[in-house]
Amino acid sequence: MDGWAAVPARSGTTITRRAFLRFCSLMAGVLALPPRYASEIARALEAAAASAERPTVIWLEFQDCAGDTESFLRTSHPTAADFLFVAISLDYHEVLMAPGGELAELSLREAMERAPYLVIVEGSIPTADRGVYCTVAGRTAVDELTDVAKGAAAILAVGTCAAFGGLAAAAPNPTGAVGVREVVTDRPVANLPGCSVNAVNLAATLVHYLTFGELPALDDQGRPLFAYGHLVHEECPRRGHFDAGRFVREWGDEGHRSGWCLYRMGCKGPAAHSNCPLVGWNDNTSWPVAAGHPCLACTEPGFWDSSTPFYRSMGEVAPAPAREREGLGLGVALGVGGAAVAAGVGAAALVHQRRRERPTPARSLQEGGAS
Amino acid sequence: MTRVVIDPVTRIEGHLRVEAEVDDGRVREAWASGTMFRGIEQILQGRDPRDAWVFTQRICNVCTAAHGIASVRAVEDALGITPPPLAVIVRNLIAAFQYMHDHVVTFFHLRAIADWMDVTRIPEADPMEAVRIAQRISDWPGNSAAAFRTAQERISAFIRSGLLGPLANGYWGHPGYTLSPEMDLMLAAHYLEALDWQREVAKAHAVLGGKSPVLQTFLVGGTATPVDVDSSAALNVDRLTLLRELAGTAKSFIDAVYLADHLAITTGYAELHRMGERTGNVLVYGDFPLDPSGDPGSFALPAGVIVDRDLEHVLPVDQERITEEVTRSWYQDDPAGPLHPWEGTTEPAYTGPTPPYDRLDTQGAYSWVKAPRYDGRPMEVGPLARVLVAYAAGVPRVRRLTDEVLDRMGLRVDALWSSLGRRVARLVETTYLAELTFTWLDQLEEAMRSGDQRIHAGRWDPSTWPAEARGVGFHEAPRGALGHWVRIRDGRIERYQCVVPTTWNVSPRDASGTPGPLEAALVGTPVADPTRPLEIMRLVHTFDPCMACAVHVYDGRGDPLGNLVEPV
Repeated sequence: MDGWAAVPARSGTTITRRAFLRFCSLMAGVLALPPRYASEIARALEAAAASAERPTVIWLEFQDCAGDTESFLRTSHPTAADFLFVAISLDYHEVLMAPGGELAELSLREAMERAPYLVIVEGSIPTADRGVYCTVAGRTAVDELTDVAKGAAAILAVGTCAAFGGLAAAAPNPTGAVGVREVVTDRPVANLPGCSVNAVNLAATLVHYLTFGELPALDDQGRPLFAYGHLVHEECPRRGHFDAGRFVREWGDEGHRSGWCLYRMGCKGPAAHSNCPLVGWNDNTSWPVAAGHPCLACTEPGFWDSSTPFYRSMGEVAPAPAREREGLGLGVALGVGGAAVAAGVGAAALVHQRRRERPTPARSLQEGGAS
Repeated sequence: MTRVVIDPVTRIEGHLRVEAEVDDGRVREAWASGTMFRGIEQILQGRDPRDAWVFTQRICNVCTAAHGIASVRAVEDALGITPPPLAVIVRNLIAAFQYMHDHVVTFFHLRAIADWMDVTRIPEADPMEAVRIAQRISDWPGNSAAAFRTAQERISAFIRSGLLGPLANGYWGHPGYTLSPEMDLMLAAHYLEALDWQREVAKAHAVLGGKSPVLQTFLVGGTATPVDVDSSAALNVDRLTLLRELAGTAKSFIDAVYLADHLAITTGYAELHRMGERTGNVLVYGDFPLDPSGDPGSFALPAGVIVDRDLEHVLPVDQERITEEVTRSWYQDDPAGPLHPWEGTTEPAYTGPTPPYDRLDTQGAYSWVKAPRYDGRPMEVGPLARVLVAYAAGVPRVRRLTDEVLDRMGLRVDALWSSLGRRVARLVETTYLAELTFTWLDQLEEAMRSGDQRIHAGRWDPSTWPAEARGVGFHEAPRGALGHWVRIRDGRIERYQCVVPTTWNVSPRDASGTPGPLEAALVGTPVADPTRPLEIMRLVHTFDPCMACAVHVYDGRGDPLGNLVEPV
């Protein structure tokens, strides 16, 4: 228990204090804030730790795989224990809570009486056929989310399913799955996509919210800029190999063993907005490209259709014959990214262009399907 | 008769509802319902079979590797591809770390915290007495006065704050909690320690597969993480050393804390554990090849079927005997009757009550989970099944570990057919795999030493594939026997079907009215207070359901949504 909450204000040990301040600096860095914000983060977290009024958090799960919950358990700065016992009051989370059934519902009602609260949503929301594809306590996901959202100060849609519909919304979307923003339109929603969300970004967004009382700045897909403001391709340590034309051609070949570019093996890094190359995973132990596998662009809306087939390079990803009837074409995000790569457009210009012009792939897919 | 409804069943993965008729303090009849459906297999139709593992892995990410492994094996089987030894070793390691991580997290963070401990009594515990108890059962350095006092202060401050968060409205004070406050404190201290431990151990998956959860490394034909002792961009000596350290971290905690605490609880609640198993049949596909060729004959956990509790006869598994029934599930029934996964057609047809609802119609269809049967019988799968089969088949290490545990409780092997058996089986197989992890790390090191760098079998290009193929891939996931069945035509998925552990265990009734293993096990469970059904939760939890895994549909023939039956 050597995280910040082991708790500076209470135990006051210098080692813990030093570790705590180091964490605050790190958080300021992850959040792309000037270093002076480290002390502000420290103050806010110490206040939260000392306060009996930890902010209420309600975590809802719908069409999910618990991958984002597992990510939450892997947070290091702060740790899951720090969040659970010191920083927040996680009043409803079906995977972690003690009561079940009616008493779990009671916990939810009691939490809702403490509005305004923070809501975290994991999993997509099925809208087809009056919502019968996901019910909790006999209520549909749509009803539950709509009801709980009424008292929300803000909502975090964690993982690509909650953010954009994700896996269940992949063609042909049998259950009419959508992301949170399709259901809740009158509350601030931050999308934290990723399949699953990177623990670093979940923790940093929570810390930002606890520190400043509001969501961080978002891009036009609702994603925090600090985490999703750059393309994987821009920050990729293998970018030099891409520029020099050194590509992996077969699994386990010399280029693969030497850490060359995975573009030809299907890497979608040029279309993926994520800080994976910068912050890594599991305390920066690794991340997919570093471990030899192409990026799937799992932070992008509609990546299950626009990034597939996963092992075709972006230039080759074309509508699959069997799926053309679904109205799917080349993913818009990929189209932009791919064209930019082909044209040698500078990374900064690419981001700028995307920020201004990027259409919503989910929308264009729907329009495509209707036409 | 009182109808007890638990929805949501918490501290499991996914959406499970249990309804039980309780009379005279006991469950007379029970129904288990999966209440979430995504249609993943439908989504897979027409896609590249090499992509299937990415999709199916998202079925569930508690066992974050399981469906990835089963999927690449299914496609490899269809295409006649044998993964190279390095891939076999790496898959074993990924799965072994998965078992260790998952079983420990499940025990401390999902089970002990509210099934066995009364957290609210921790403030009254004597920390020195807790230390004495803990040191009697294990020499773990964390069993110190300082550590226990810190944990006690932390939990006490948390309780004093009045904001109990996830612990609010637990069944605290229920007469079913019989551990001493000191035991509660010990478990709470270990709960906190295990939170840090699991974060650390998960790094092994990042080394082997880029990240955890949701590893990104499985390939049809091999694995994506290169192996090269001379490269910093590959599994090298440095990464191997890190894996050894993490395996050591995992094993020492499992041996000194998980095992000891598990035994303490199992012993402390022994009288409750002579119940909770009524099906008497188990099924194991087998896994963890000790030979890097992948030879099923070398499985550390062998395949087998046991029927009617007959441990004298372990029958071979014939996957052709598997069928799925949907008479009590929300799918259209096939006029041809129950079909094998390669042949079956299923279309969603919700006939349940219109939400919001209070009760399911348990006389009709009542679940999104189907009813898989082997030779027409319901089968339990999972740790208990694996350990029973390995024990009956005479795997020496499993026999010794199991006998040691049973001896300590003065029980015979027949006692394993129970909730207690599921607990014992989990700790036996976790201990066993923690040991075997080092065998596979040795194999990895040996392969590195010999200069083996072959991580992929080739035949990556679909033009090298037959025009039509079908295959099946098996994996023993932490929760039990997992099978993926695939049909491939012209390089694309024609049909895909998963039959997963929780589908077996949490299956609804079949056409003959025979309940699934969980439904059967619940019958007879005592319920002291129907408004706080602690005993039911405990029993459900011994099966460790994973509902996101359990619910599927396959085959996209026709327009399934168009066939929806309007609820009346």
